[in-house]
Amino acid sequence: MEAGALENPVLRARRNRADRIGDPLLRGLSGLAAAIAVLAIAGIVYEVVREAWPAISEFGVGFVTTNDWNPVTKHFGAAPFLYGTVVTSAIALLLATPISLAISVYLTELAPARIRRPVATLIDLLAAIPTVILGLWGILVLGPVMRETVEPALQSVLGFLPIFGGDPSAFGYLTAALILTIMAIPIITSVTREVFETVPGDLKEASYALGATRWEMVRQVVLPYSRAGIVGATILGLGRAIGEAIAVAQVIGGATGIDVSLFHTGGTLAAQIASQFAGTPSELQRASLVYLGLILLAFAVIVNVIARVIVARGRLKDTFATPTEAEAL
Amino acid sequence: MTEHALLLDHGNLKRRNRFNRVVEASATVAAFLAVAVLVIVVGSVFLRGIGALSWHFLTTPTALFGESGGGISNAIVGTSMIVGIAALMAIPVGILVAIYTTEFAPGRVAHSIGFVLDVLNGVPTIITGIFVYGLLVAGHKQSGFAGAIALAIVMLPIVARTSQEVLTLVPGTLKEASHALGIARWRTVTWVTIPTAAGGLVTGALLGVARVAGETAPLLLVSSIFAPGLLTEPGEALASIPIFIFQASESPRPEAHTEAWAAALVLIAIVLLLNVVARAFYARSRKRMGA
Repeated sequence: MEAGALENPVLRARRNRADRIGDPLLRGLSGLAAAIAVLAIAGIVYEVVREAWPAISEFGVGFVTTNDWNPVTKHFGAAPFLYGTVVTSAIALLLATPISLAISVYLTELAPARIRRPVATLIDLLAAIPTVILGLWGILVLGPVMRETVEPALQSVLGFLPIFGGDPSAFGYLTAALILTIMAIPIITSVTREVFETVPGDLKEASYALGATRWEMVRQVVLPYSRAGIVGATILGLGRAIGEAIAVAQVIGGATGIDVSLFHTGGTLAAQIASQFAGTPSELQRASLVYLGLILLAFAVIVNVIARVIVARGRLKDTFATPTEAEAL
Repeated sequence: MTEHALLLDHGNLKRRNRFNRVVEASATVAAFLAVAVLVIVVGSVFLRGIGALSWHFLTTPTALFGESGGGISNAIVGTSMIVGIAALMAIPVGILVAIYTTEFAPGRVAHSIGFVLDVLNGVPTIITGIFVYGLLVAGHKQSGFAGAIALAIVMLPIVARTSQEVLTLVPGTLKEASHALGIARWRTVTWVTIPTAAGGLVTGALLGVARVAGETAPLLLVSSIFAPGLLTEPGEALASIPIFIFQASESPRPEAHTEAWAAALVLIAIVLLLNVVARAFYARSRKRMGA
């Protein structure tokens, strides 16, 4: 068809005309699409600052360290939620990072070839569960287990520490941290597994040839070689943990103060926005919620930029591929 | 193990091997623990949801506040509309972004756009909700359309990144053959590159849809206060399955919890199915392109 068209001068002229429009059109349209992506980021930053402005001009930078959230006196501060975000994310990473590294070691060094892919796929699917469902599960299944079993057990062993003091409860920092752990594991695992796979086989074999056990090989070859990737993966997991609003709002209890006990209710930046924004807050309260969002956005952007740079740099040693969702498949 | 028998007599090596076995066992336990969590969560949803799942539940709108006996037909229709409109916006734009970076943009620009997409992907979805709230809802009213815009922003980087990935996998020889025949670039893209990468592009679209179908945070801000009954007007706030689950999960009534589990079963089935289909397309597409 196309070859026939070339021989016919009329069709050929029409075709040239189409090409004169077609090429710049596709270039223009696709360039416009790329501009939309860039504008979306700029728009988000602008809009969040604009909406937060009443609170920024009222409370200034002191908002960040103010430990108060009182709709009656109209005095708002971010400290309780910063504390909650830092505590829940830190616990989640402390638990998720070693577990994810162990999973990646299993998948790259130990698992029989036949079950390697299915297990990796199942762990990836963990990331696909909608967070609102994890939150529902947290309220009705995990919460009661925490109150009846996990927290009393922790208290009986480590109760002398203030963070494990007070009455066990279904909702609180610790329950939220465990839900975030479940969310962070598939993300950290998919990046570290991929990085582990790039460790050159001859390095591993050299280690075995020197008489190393498998664990010694992992410690002396795989982990040092993958250091940048591991750090990047952990920070990506952190980005996931600090930004989760819904599941945390469901299980953290929605308190607006700082409580030393991990068993007790609290709040995080994202969860506080989710639980109060849709109600009917005053204008200043809504602006203060967006101010919390601005702090969260700054955190999220910084964390993601650092993680991508580290992961990309670690990867440059070996390949030039870029990380995407599909690569985890 | 037998070939190590001689070495095992050595006390130091015995200790090292024992430690190695402990580490190997922990790694295995960790992997199966993660799989167990998936099984437990999906299993809880299935066991607790299946009882309340019925034809009536799927085809009846949600009951008035504080009453039971309703269903989720309005939420199913709302989610389909919001996600459908979002997909109509995000999929073409996402694929076009990928075409721009792989076909037209100079290396540095393409790299920067990839970076912007990663940052956009890292923006917490509740922030996307705040953005769309300020843009479309403040001073006006909540709407399904605002929800669709928010979900489209969440979906865009997923579609674009996956599409980029598969478009770079298209063999250069195919494109060069087309160029050598004097075929214009836009024809090469539409008749050679895109058809070759089609399976992978479908993967990106499906992953994007799966990701936003369960997205709750932005909808809570821009489409969560809706009229009762079955609504089909995207200019008004629409119900959705995630919002139904969220609101029912916060309710103190046990019947509401049962309904939340049933709705969660519907949602998890949709999301997992989309993921499995997306993976199948991806595997087929890679095989086809010899990657």
